Amino acid sequence: MTTLLIGIFLLSLLVITAVAIVRSEDLFSAVMLSGIFSLLMALNFFLLDAADVALTEAAVGAGVATVLLLAGLKLTPPTEAKGRSLRKLSVVVIAVTTLLMIYASFGQPTLGDPMAPAQQHVAPWYIEKTPELIDIPNIVTAVLSSFRGYDTLGEVFVVLTAGIGVMFLLGGGRGKPFSRLDSHVEEGLSGHLIPKVMARLLIPFILLFALFVQFHGEYSPGGGFQAGAIFVAGIILYSLVRGEGLALAVIPPRVLLWMSAGGALLYGSVGLAGIVMGGQFLEYSVLSENPVTGQHIGIIVIELGVGLTVTGVLLSIFHAFAARD
Amino acid sequence: MNLADHLPALQVALPLLTAPLVILLRNGFLAWLAALVASGVSLGLAILLTQAVLGPGVPEYAVGGWQPPFGISLNVDGLSALVLLLVTGASTLGLAGGRLSLRRDIDNRRAPMFYGAWLIALAGLCGIAVAGDAFNVFVFMEISSLATYILIAAGRDRRALSAVFKYLIIGTIGATFYLIGVGFIYMMTGTLNFADMALRLGDVIETRPIIIAAGFITIGLALKAAVFPLHIWLPRAYTYAPNAVTVFIAACSTKVSIYVLLRFNYGVFHGNLLGHSDLFSVFIVPLALSGILLASAIAIYQGNIKKLLAFSSVAQIGYIALAAGLATQAGLMAAQLHMFNHALAKGTLFLCVVAFVLTSRSANITKLAGIGRRMPWTMGAFVIAGLSLIGVPGTAGFISKWYLVVAVMGVPGWGVPLVIAIIISSLMAVVYLWKFVETAYYGTPPDGDVSAMEVPLPLRVLIWFAALANIYFGLAPRLPIALAESGTSTLLGGLL
Repeated sequence: MTTLLIGIFLLSLLVITAVAIVRSEDLFSAVMLSGIFSLLMALNFFLLDAADVALTEAAVGAGVATVLLLAGLKLTPPTEAKGRSLRKLSVVVIAVTTLLMIYASFGQPTLGDPMAPAQQHVAPWYIEKTPELIDIPNIVTAVLSSFRGYDTLGEVFVVLTAGIGVMFLLGGGRGKPFSRLDSHVEEGLSGHLIPKVMARLLIPFILLFALFVQFHGEYSPGGGFQAGAIFVAGIILYSLVRGEGLALAVIPPRVLLWMSAGGALLYGSVGLAGIVMGGQFLEYSVLSENPVTGQHIGIIVIELGVGLTVTGVLLSIFHAFAARD
Repeated sequence: MNLADHLPALQVALPLLTAPLVILLRNGFLAWLAALVASGVSLGLAILLTQAVLGPGVPEYAVGGWQPPFGISLNVDGLSALVLLLVTGASTLGLAGGRLSLRRDIDNRRAPMFYGAWLIALAGLCGIAVAGDAFNVFVFMEISSLATYILIAAGRDRRALSAVFKYLIIGTIGATFYLIGVGFIYMMTGTLNFADMALRLGDVIETRPIIIAAGFITIGLALKAAVFPLHIWLPRAYTYAPNAVTVFIAACSTKVSIYVLLRFNYGVFHGNLLGHSDLFSVFIVPLALSGILLASAIAIYQGNIKKLLAFSSVAQIGYIALAAGLATQAGLMAAQLHMFNHALAKGTLFLCVVAFVLTSRSANITKLAGIGRRMPWTMGAFVIAGLSLIGVPGTAGFISKWYLVVAVMGVPGWGVPLVIAIIISSLMAVVYLWKFVETAYYGTPPDGDVSAMEVPLPLRVLIWFAALANIYFGLAPRLPIALAESGTSTLLGGLL
């Protein structure tokens, strides 16, 4: 009952925030509201027991995406352009889509019904077989990185492609980092004492937590995607208080590019190793004498690949935006 | 380890994993070369897969060693092989023929990123063609769409950016609709595997989420396939993309969406949903017809050769959609053959455009006046591919038009009007192509200079190779017909 009430409360806030985003003409408040939207979404996911998704949404949606949007906002006028002709059409499309989805929802199984088809077919198999075949407590990680590891490989390439797109269009990746080192001392929050001190205290813990999420993903919610996003949040915070130049000196653009490409390659090589060792593409069981150990090795390595690519790409995108004044 | 067993996985993994290597290169030429080699090897893999499909068949490939529906399977049949040939062939043709043109469009520093994106787009399209899993299709759709946006945005014309933004918004709506549909189906069946879905859908037919899912998936894919009137993103995207990119995407990217549409509607829904075939026909046939007629008419009035060919593509997609919407065996044959033959013709035509723009620096028809006399070889190839597009006997286009006419004649009561529509549209194709051919041969060049200025020999050879393929598959259409027959039998397998 309490869950239901909290759920109704959060979903109402979500709708209110969404309406506010659409109605807001000030782009800055729209960006901040979209951060709040993501945070509410994360809470909703958490309420539905999807802790992994909640962590991703909080780190990527509320954290990194907001910063990227703000970085983009520097390059645009602060308010929305007027008189877009397609507005009426989009309202109609959204209204029809919503009505259809509401109509469909009358035929769907009750939320959390154990007899629902989605709970009866593949899910019990995953729950039953994961301890035996993969032997890690977090079944979500098992599905994500092994049973459906091919999809996750695809998602890593989606991230990489996004990075390639931004680097290609904004010409980042190998820009003009070091010459600007000095000019950035007074930028951002660096002149303010309190953020500076707080950030100094927080950054080591953020980075440490990212590593924890990275390497503890088999046991608790998390994995490469979340860890990468959290790590990036730490570095971006560092850029804000110490200047982008110093952050780039710590991890130069060329290194970021190698991380982005290397992570994706690392993941793919595990797949090819499966073929070389006599199994199928992305079959981790053949990587070691003991199939379960093989699964562990495979999962740890591909999660590392995911973390590298996500970190490299998100930071490259941040720098690409920040470099354009 | 026998690599032949891993062909379906390698078909995707090879271009996909070459891409990160390419973006690390610092030299534009090396990046192009690496992309060309990877694309050529992919074409080789597609040919091997085609041989396997026509011979012993390709067994289901369980990625990660996990059997479907728990893991993801890759399934290759005749239709997949046909699409793979188109995708890898168009990519190789675009890269090989586009070297000079791309060198002008993309500066050396950014070239590695561009060719990386090209390979990712190629891998994404291949991934869709081999996937046996509805969610996996979505993942590779995301990969290929994102990468395609990058390729189009590389156009020299600044309008490429606004064109690609429109494409991005519409493409994302299409992909989201598809995902909503897959989500509803998962909710009602608990599975994402196509074959398993077709089996388990029987228990929940006629429930609201499934009917809505069928609608969302069909409309989402129709958006991505640019079925009229959902085509508004296509003409500008094709026009402002770099010329070599247009060769690649115009030949295959919309066809891959049609491929998924066929997979879902025939492989999953038709056997299960009562009256689905009728509904599908009622939805798709009128749209296809208006596309065939209106888009051809609009093409006549275009002043830019790329835009003219883009509107012609919308009309040709109309033919494919019309044939697919008939929901008959003959219709499916015609749809698949036309996917193949239209890709051949359009790929060749856009390759000729690459050559025209390379020498005269404009895609404007008035500025291309007299180009036929100045570039006789390229123009000759253009005419051959144009004849194939119209459907003149002896060319590949005739084969699919023939199958199409036979298929629509089988529709009770509507046969003759449909045939008349096809004939009118073909005549309009004659008009819009003639408009260009006339200007090219009989027009006076803007600067009065009529001296020969052909493109380098390798490009001319490639153009003629592509043009002769249009004739070869018109005289000996055994390969596409065999693949389409194999594809038809798997698509309709659920009904027989």
